[in-house]
Amino acid sequence: MDKKVRVLVAKPGLDGHDRGAKVVARALRDAGFEVVYTGLRQTPEQIAEAALQEDVNVVAMSILSGAHPHLFPKVVNLVREKGMKDVLIIGGGVIPEGDIPALKEAGVAEVFTPGTPTSDVVEFIKANVKA
Amino acid sequence: MDIVEELLKGNRLALSKAITAIENEYDEATEIMTKLYPHTGNAYVLGITGPPGAGKSTLTDKIAKEYRSQGKTVGIIAVDPTSPFTGGAILGDRIRMNSLTMDEGVFIRSMGTRGSLGGLSHKTADAVKAMDAFGKDVIIVETVGVGQSEVDIVKAADTTMVVLIPGMGDDIQAIKAGILEIGDLFTINKSDLPGADKLVREINMMLDLDSFMTDWRPPIQKVVANQGEGISELVGSVQTHRDYITEKGILDQRRTKRAKDEMLDILNSNLSRYIKSRIVDTGRLDSYVEQFQQHRADPYTVVGDIMSEMLR
Repeated sequence: MDKKVRVLVAKPGLDGHDRGAKVVARALRDAGFEVVYTGLRQTPEQIAEAALQEDVNVVAMSILSGAHPHLFPKVVNLVREKGMKDVLIIGGGVIPEGDIPALKEAGVAEVFTPGTPTSDVVEFIKANVKA
Repeated sequence: MDIVEELLKGNRLALSKAITAIENEYDEATEIMTKLYPHTGNAYVLGITGPPGAGKSTLTDKIAKEYRSQGKTVGIIAVDPTSPFTGGAILGDRIRMNSLTMDEGVFIRSMGTRGSLGGLSHKTADAVKAMDAFGKDVIIVETVGVGQSEVDIVKAADTTMVVLIPGMGDDIQAIKAGILEIGDLFTINKSDLPGADKLVREINMMLDLDSFMTDWRPPIQKVVANQGEGISELVGSVQTHRDYITEKGILDQRRTKRAKDEMLDILNSNLSRYIKSRIVDTGRLDSYVEQFQQHRADPYTVVGDIMSEMLR
């Protein structure tokens, strides 16, 4: 039996900056995870559907546009509606500290802001994933 | 959730969970496969292979759309390489297929090779069966970017398409053994680049020299996948090939061969797991190795003894 942690790295919304997402994807790969990367400009519906088809354990969203208060909770709701109750949902990007409590309230398990070492993300996933 | 029951009812999450169980070799995977097996055999499996960057994912996306326009449902299995060092993988084929995500008639699953060297993962064939039982009309299996010798796709697919692009080598490359021997169809992608016609000539020359040529001569088609050029003709050729192999009984032969291989594979892996659990996990292996090192025994005799002990 070979349980492998699968992570969807997703870029919701309209900003075209995926350097951060790629750095995180690479770090997660090096941590031994299977990383499904879906590219730029995904709608919450696309992200949730890809999470379903790929049966991922984690959805990791990266955003720089400022639309996180709207998009992150929407993804959480859609993923849960599809019956994926255990999927760990995390986010990162340029996100003001003040916005973080509301995001956590909405079901985003953790929010990683600029300057976070990628090892923190890996450790968080290892500690919290249900696989 | 009863995975099999839900899968057969068309529940996409159940299909997804079934593939995970298969891939991770969960205990319930055998039971799932047992129950799904009677529902398989209806889908047509198209294999797409070729070197990295040839445009396999983009082609898969366009071909899937063409099938959708014909009203057919499509399953896609896209394989990308697993790191032999960390076990991790970046599965990036979906990037080219995003516009299919919201089409309920399409189901895309990315798989890492997880140590398999033939261009697929060991579990690809079973994942195909799960999609088949789910009711997909066509299942497209996209291999990892292959070099020259990863030809497992022919064991999994009914029709195999080899995708090539101009500028990757001279005509000597075209007479080497390996992936160029497995194409039922040759697709020259990015054919707006210089060298496309030369590549067509080289593939033609290779086919002229083919000692085993049947009356199916693989067509060579030029496409520009990201512009959608030549796609409907390509899908037409898949159909022509399908009709041909169906009529000639070749499809049945291929599927018979596949059933044989599959049975032997399952037998093989169960046997080796059984023997391993008795030899490795019990520490017997280590004691044998100690004897080998002191030349008090040899592996040939020991293996012979083990075989007669266990397979009585």
